[in-house]
Amino acid sequence: MTIVALPILIPFVFIILLIFFRSERISRWQGPAGTLLLVFLSVYLFSKVIENNILTLQMGGWEAPFGITLVVDYLSALMLIVSAVILFAISIYAHHFLPKEMSLNRFYIFFFGLTMGLNGAFITGDVFNLFVWFEVMLMSSFVLITMGRKKDQLEGGIKYLALNLVGSLLFLAGVGLLYGKTGTLNMAHLAQILKNDDQAILMNTSAILFFIAFGIKAAIFPLYFWLPASYHTPNITISSLFAGLLTKVGIYTLIRFFTLFFVHDPQFWHQLLLIIAGFTMVAGGMAAAAHYETRRILSYHIISQIGYMVMGLGIFTPLAIAGAVFFTLHNMIAKTNTFLVAGMINKYRGTYYLKDVGGLFKQSPLIAVLFIIPAFALAGVPPISGFFAKFILIKAGIENGNYSITAVAIITAMFTLYSMIKIWNEAFLKKQPGDQAVAQEKIKLRFAEVLPSLFLGLISILMGIFAMNVFNFTMQAAEQLINPDFYISNVLKGIKL
Amino acid sequence: MEIVLAILVGVLYTAGVYMMLRRSILKFIIGLIFMSNATNLLVFLTAGIVPGNPAFVDSGGTEKIVADPLPQALVLTAIVIGLGIVVFSLALKYKFFEVTGTDDLDQLKKTDS
Repeated sequence: MTIVALPILIPFVFIILLIFFRSERISRWQGPAGTLLLVFLSVYLFSKVIENNILTLQMGGWEAPFGITLVVDYLSALMLIVSAVILFAISIYAHHFLPKEMSLNRFYIFFFGLTMGLNGAFITGDVFNLFVWFEVMLMSSFVLITMGRKKDQLEGGIKYLALNLVGSLLFLAGVGLLYGKTGTLNMAHLAQILKNDDQAILMNTSAILFFIAFGIKAAIFPLYFWLPASYHTPNITISSLFAGLLTKVGIYTLIRFFTLFFVHDPQFWHQLLLIIAGFTMVAGGMAAAAHYETRRILSYHIISQIGYMVMGLGIFTPLAIAGAVFFTLHNMIAKTNTFLVAGMINKYRGTYYLKDVGGLFKQSPLIAVLFIIPAFALAGVPPISGFFAKFILIKAGIENGNYSITAVAIITAMFTLYSMIKIWNEAFLKKQPGDQAVAQEKIKLRFAEVLPSLFLGLISILMGIFAMNVFNFTMQAAEQLINPDFYISNVLKGIKL
Repeated sequence: MEIVLAILVGVLYTAGVYMMLRRSILKFIIGLIFMSNATNLLVFLTAGIVPGNPAFVDSGGTEKIVADPLPQALVLTAIVIGLGIVVFSLALKYKFFEVTGTDDLDQLKKTDS
C-alpha cells in the first residue's frame, strides 16, 4: 500500500511548491488546496482501514524490524481524518485573520511543515522515526509561534522552546536506552519482545523517560507550565492551530506506547496515570476559572481536558480507551473552534480581555451561536459530541470501580461549564462597558470568515448525532490497542525472530 | 572504555543542567548544547563499543562480534537535528535581545500568570 506514505508526501510537495511559487495570490490557494487533498486522502485511507483493519508499508522494501514501517490502524486513521479537517479549517481561517504584515506564503510553508511532522507521527511504526517527526513538527511550531516577532511572542517562544527541547532530549535518551535493552526500535517488534519478557520491569527506566517527554508535549499536570505561558502570545490563527493539534500528538503517543509495549507494570503505571489525570483536570479547570482573558481561559482549558484523555488511558479497559479516543477526537475539533471564535470576538472588539468586551449577542447573534456550539460541546451538553465523550469515560470509570477519578471528572465538568458560561456572560450577554460607540460600530464579518468555525461546529454536532457510529469506530480502535497481537502479526508478517 | 564514556555522559548532563538553571538565556543555550551532546553520546553507547571490527559482516558470515551500525546512524541524525535546534535557538535569542535588550531570564515574566 504505497498510498500510506502520502499523508507525509503531500505536505512535503506543497512546501516545495510554496517555496517556488511565492506570490501571495497563488499561495493563498495552495494552503486550502493542500489540506483539502489531505482530507480526501485521509477519508480514503479510513475506508481502506475499514476494509482491511490495518495498512502497513515497509519503506524502501526493507522488511519490518530492519526498515522503517508505516502503519495505519484505526487510531491513526481517525487521528489523520480529524487533524486534516482541522488543518483545512485553519488554512481558510488564515486568509482573514493573519495580520497583513505576515506573509501568507511563509505561514503556509511552516504550516505544511507542521502538518508533515504531525502526519508522520501518526502513521510511523518506528520509535526513532517518531522522534524525527516530532522534531519536524517542533521546528515548524517554533517558527510559527515567534512569527510576529513582537516582544510577547518572542518571550512566549523562548518558554515554549525551552521546555519542549528538554522534552525532546529526554525522548532521545529514552530511545537510546530502549535500543540498548531490546536491540530494536520497531514498535511491533518491541511489543513482541516485551510481551514475553519476565524482566520487563527493567523497562521502567525507558518508560519514565518517554512518559516525561510525552507528558511535556501533552501538557499533563506537573509539566504543563509552558502551555499557558506561550499559547496566548501568537496570532490567533497560530494559537488555534496549536491548541487543537500539538498536545493531542502527545496524547496519541502516550496511548500508543502505553498500550502497545509499556504494559509490563500495570499497577504502578495505571495508578500514576490516574493520579496525574486527576491533578491535570483540577489544576487546569481551576486556573481557567480564575482568568479573564479569553485565550488564557481556553489555554488552561486544554490542560484540563487533557486530564480526561489520560484518565481513559489509566482506567485501561476497552471502553475507557475508546472513550479516551472519542474524547480526543471531539476535543480537537471543539477546542480549535473555540479559539476560532475567540479570534472573531477580537475582531469585533479589538481585545481578548473579557472585562472590556460585551454586548456581542445583540450585535451578532451568529457569533453567539458559533460560540455556543463548541462551548456546549466542551461542557458536555447533549446532544453535542462532548456529552457522549464524557459519558463513555465516566461509564468506564464506574464499571471498573475507579470511583474517585470519576468523581473528579464529574466535578471538573462543572468547572468547564463555569468557565464557558463566564465567557458567554461577559462577552455576549452583558452590556458593552465604557464607550458605547464601540458597540454601535458596524462590523460585518464576511461569510468566508465564519465558514471555518461553521464547518467545525457542524462536525461537532454531527459527531453528537451520529455518536453511535463514531463510538463503534473508536471501539474498534480500542480493541486493536488492547490486543496488540493483531498489530504485531501484521507489521512483522510472520517473521520469526 | 564504556565506563569512561558513561562517566563523561553523566558529567555532561550535570554541566548541562547546571547551565540551564542559570539566569542568562545564552547560558541556557550552552546548557542545551551540553545536554544534547550528552544524549547523543548516550545513544551511541547503547550498543557497546566494539573496537577494531567493521560494522558489516562479509558474505561468508563471520563469527566475530561486529560493531552495531544502527546507533551510529541514529546519532548522525540526532546530531544534525541538534545542530538545527541550536542554530534556531541562537537566532531566537539574538532576535529577543534586539527587541528587549535583555539576556536575563528573570525578566521573562510578562506572559506568565
